[in-house]
Order: sequence, then structure tokens, then C-alpha cells
Amino acid sequence: MSSAPVYKPFLQRADSFYDTFQRKSGNKEVTHYCPGCGHGELHKMMAEAIDDLDIRDRTVLISPVGCSVFAYYYFDVGNVQAAHGRAPAVGTGVQRSRPHSIVISYQGDGDLAAIGLNEILQAANRGEKMVVFFVNNAIYGMTGGQMAPTTLPGMRTTTTPLGRDPRLAGNPMRMCELVAQLEAPIFVARGSLASPKEMKRTRKLVRKAMEMQVEGKGFCFVEVLSACPTGWGMTPVDAQQWIEDKLTPHFPLEIFVDKTDQERLEYVTPESPPREKLHEVLGIEADTKTMPAANPDPAHANPRIKVAGFGGQGVLLLGLGLAQCGMMEGRKVAWLPSYGPEMRGGTAHCHVNISEDEIGSPLVSRPTVLVAMNQPSMEKFEGELVPGALLLLNDSMVPGQPSRDDVDVVRVRATEMAEDLGNVRAANMVMLGAFAGYTGALNLETCLASLDTLIKRTALIDLNRKAITAGFEAGRKARG
Amino acid sequence: MATRPDRGRVEIGTDECKGCLLCTAVCPVHVLVRTKTLNKQGYFPVEYTGSGCTGCGFCFYACPEPGAITVFRLEKSA
Repeated sequence: MSSAPVYKPFLQRADSFYDTFQRKSGNKEVTHYCPGCGHGELHKMMAEAIDDLDIRDRTVLISPVGCSVFAYYYFDVGNVQAAHGRAPAVGTGVQRSRPHSIVISYQGDGDLAAIGLNEILQAANRGEKMVVFFVNNAIYGMTGGQMAPTTLPGMRTTTTPLGRDPRLAGNPMRMCELVAQLEAPIFVARGSLASPKEMKRTRKLVRKAMEMQVEGKGFCFVEVLSACPTGWGMTPVDAQQWIEDKLTPHFPLEIFVDKTDQERLEYVTPESPPREKLHEVLGIEADTKTMPAANPDPAHANPRIKVAGFGGQGVLLLGLGLAQCGMMEGRKVAWLPSYGPEMRGGTAHCHVNISEDEIGSPLVSRPTVLVAMNQPSMEKFEGELVPGALLLLNDSMVPGQPSRDDVDVVRVRATEMAEDLGNVRAANMVMLGAFAGYTGALNLETCLASLDTLIKRTALIDLNRKAITAGFEAGRKARG
Repeated sequence: MATRPDRGRVEIGTDECKGCLLCTAVCPVHVLVRTKTLNKQGYFPVEYTGSGCTGCGFCFYACPEPGAITVFRLEKSA
């Protein structure tokens, strides 16, 4: 006697998918993709591989911009959604900071082959340990069917209504072939979703690339020719046929690179030289002379300084001097020069922080001190000063009045004083001395000692010592 | 002797189906057909005719929806 036949589930919803998709609107049981979209098919192949390899807990999926931007609603794995085209860069960061993770970069052709072309090639060239699933449907799907880098010659899109003309818009980019000519990638292959036979083959490519990730072998790139029935204006069934008839001849279904025997990729962590040897590596003096700390006016205990002038006035060196002195007195310092065309004869400036505490940003956007070496510098930056700030002006070159009346204005005839000492270029050191003398934020001895580091030509040191001393006296006198 | 039972069986979540018909196109034995009743999404979903499934699984992989199709296979009796 025969019993009733027993059926067991053979293929069913993968565990790596969430039970329901908590997206903002629409049916929570289904994806947001259009009927017949290839994304869902590839999603299922990936989810199946994640299930079978038992790597759900350490898989990080990087979603792109494109229709698959919402992949994080579907895959119950670690998810990061990256800016357009940047998935391989984000994946690099994830992989390097969490080397045990399995990183999947999921991208479409607009994302990967247009705006993200640089990221994908650089990541491939570095051989980052990740797998890239590249969904090629020859069109920008999400934005409504515009021409993509992979659009076929003659193919009509909303931006090529007469068909893509290669003479105007180039030929479709074959990404597998591009990636395959690099040294580092270990698996580069193209599959398609055109038929059960091709789906089976593609499923194997997906599985193999995932296995290579589990083995920690290196960069894998799997391109999948996929249907966009909506963008192509076809029924899903016709679209599948179109993959076979039109897309496949342009994008050959091959395995371009397969270095299965590749050794497991080991990360090279650059060896840091011991701290006490750093000065040798960087070619700088080992010992910063330590000087007793000044006892500044509380208003200037942690100055945020902007130094500005025209190129050639030694503005950047003055900033360096301030930072050097602060460092010698045991405080935290930061110096940030402003580069740009303004350096060539226009207004130059730099940012200096001297602080008892750790410095967050080196940028000085709200200065407590502005050292203005000429009139335009004062005009440009005085507006940034906090109320009660110190506005230290080179009186020789600032004939005008500041517009601010809520700041402490101190004028020093720096250029003329430097000229009297023998060289106008020492005006910056006059201002350094004046800052120290007026605020008490730095000791005179420190300023003088800093010259050993700041000034390369020893013949000039004496001049600069005199300039600092003169400035210091002027600053002290202004203090009263 | 009774007829031999089907090797497979397929279940389709009516409200998960978007009616793309890819499964019907790949089914080698043509046992999946479009219904004439709209589902809650507004599509005409596909249904299993009820017999003849071989359990090949083509429809499962052709279907873009994660959970719309479940394929069963007959347990081999001892």
C-alpha cells in the first residue's frame, strides 16, 4: 500500500532576506522593483550564496545609487549606502577597518561605469578584498531611461531618441575587459540573466566570487547582463530575449580572469618607526627645545590666530613662528597655511592655534587674534574676529581704520622698524615679538630661541633677534 | 496501479506576484499560467495549474521576487 506523496521545500525564500521589507511605502511583502527586473533575480542568487556559505553575520553590502539603492531594505546583512559611484571606495574602507568582513559592492552601469569609473578602476587596481556585482542593463533605470556608458550603438533612450551615435557618444564600455587588464583582480567574469541556462551559469559565477571572498583571496568582478523592461519599453519576456539577441553580442559572456590558485591575500600593515626615531625618518631635529611656559593674559591663554598679509611679507613664517613658540612652551599647536593663487603677490594668510587642550580643527574661522600686515588683509578678515579680539596691525601699511569698534586695536610700525634694523623683511618678526609682548602668551626668550629652528641662514638670525626684541618692547608698551 | 506522483510542486504567493510572466516563459512543462483576477498589487498573478511540475526550479530563479515562488520536490520513498 502506498502512502500519500511527501513534498519538501527545494527552493524557497532565502534567510538572508528580511521577512518583510520595511520600506517607507508600498507593499512590504515585495521589492520595489518593476515586474521582470533583473535586480531581483541577482538578489536571489546573492542571498542564496550568503545563506549557503553561512556568512550573513559578516557580510557588508554596499548599496549604490540607482534602482538598487534600497538593497538595504531587503538583505539582512550589514548595509551601507554609498554616494553615487563611490561604493568601491566605501567598500575599501569597510574591508580595511574590518578585514574579517565579506564586502559586496553592488552597482549598476550608470553608477559604476559613469560617475564611479575612477573608484572601480582604482579599487580593482589595488586588489581590494571585495566582490563587485555589476548589473549592466545598458541604461539609466532609476532616472527614467537615459543613455548610460553601456548603451548599445543605435539604442534609443530618452537622451538618444534617434539611437546612440558612436560618433557623438562613443561606443559602449566593456567594463569586464577594462578591469581584466589590470594586474590585481583575481576573478573577472560576465554572466547574463537571459535564460535558465545563463542564469544557472551566472549563479555559479556569483557563488564562485563569493567563495573567493570567504577564502580572502582578493578582488572579484562579476558583471551581469540584466533586463530593464520599463527602461527598454518591452515586456519582461521580450526583454529577456533582447538580452540574448542584442546585449550579449556586444558583451561576450566569458570568464576573463580566474586566478583560483591565488594565494590568500595578506594585508600589509606599514611598519611605523618607533616614536623616538620619527625625527630621523622625517629629517627634522629630534629635540624641540623646551622653554618655560609663559603666563598669559587669560584672554589670550588659547589664542586662535589668523595671520594675513601680501605674499612676501613672511606671513606663513610668522604663523610657523607662533606655532613653534607655543610648542616649545609645551602647548598644543596647529598651523594651517592657505594656499592658492593668492600666494602669488596677493593676500596670503595662515591659521594658528595655540592651546592648552587638544585642538579639534586647525581651521581658524572665528579668530581671537588677527595679525594684519597690510590694509587689504585687515579689510578681508576683521569681520571674522570675535568681539573683544586683538587686532594687531602693521601700522606702516594699514593707513585706514578698522570698521570694528568692539575689538582691541594695537598698531605697530613693523615695516619701518624692520627697515631701521636693516631689512624690511624682518617686519614679520617684529609682529611676532609684538604679539608676545602685548598678550604675554609667549615669553621673549622663547621667541628668540625659536629662531634657531625658523631661520635657516644663520647670518639673518641676529637681525631677526633684534626685530623680535623691538617688537616685544613695542607690544609691551602698547599694553601699558 | 496508481499514476506516478509528480516530481515537484510549486507554490506562488498570489499577492507577491507582479505578473511579469518570466516564470511562465521558462517553465519547460508549461504548468504556470496567468490568472484573470487582479491581486492586491493590481497585477494578474501567475498560478500553478496543479499538476505536472517537475521541480526543476527554473521558475524560482527566473522570478525576481524573493519570496513569490517556492518549489517543492517529492521525497524519495524508501
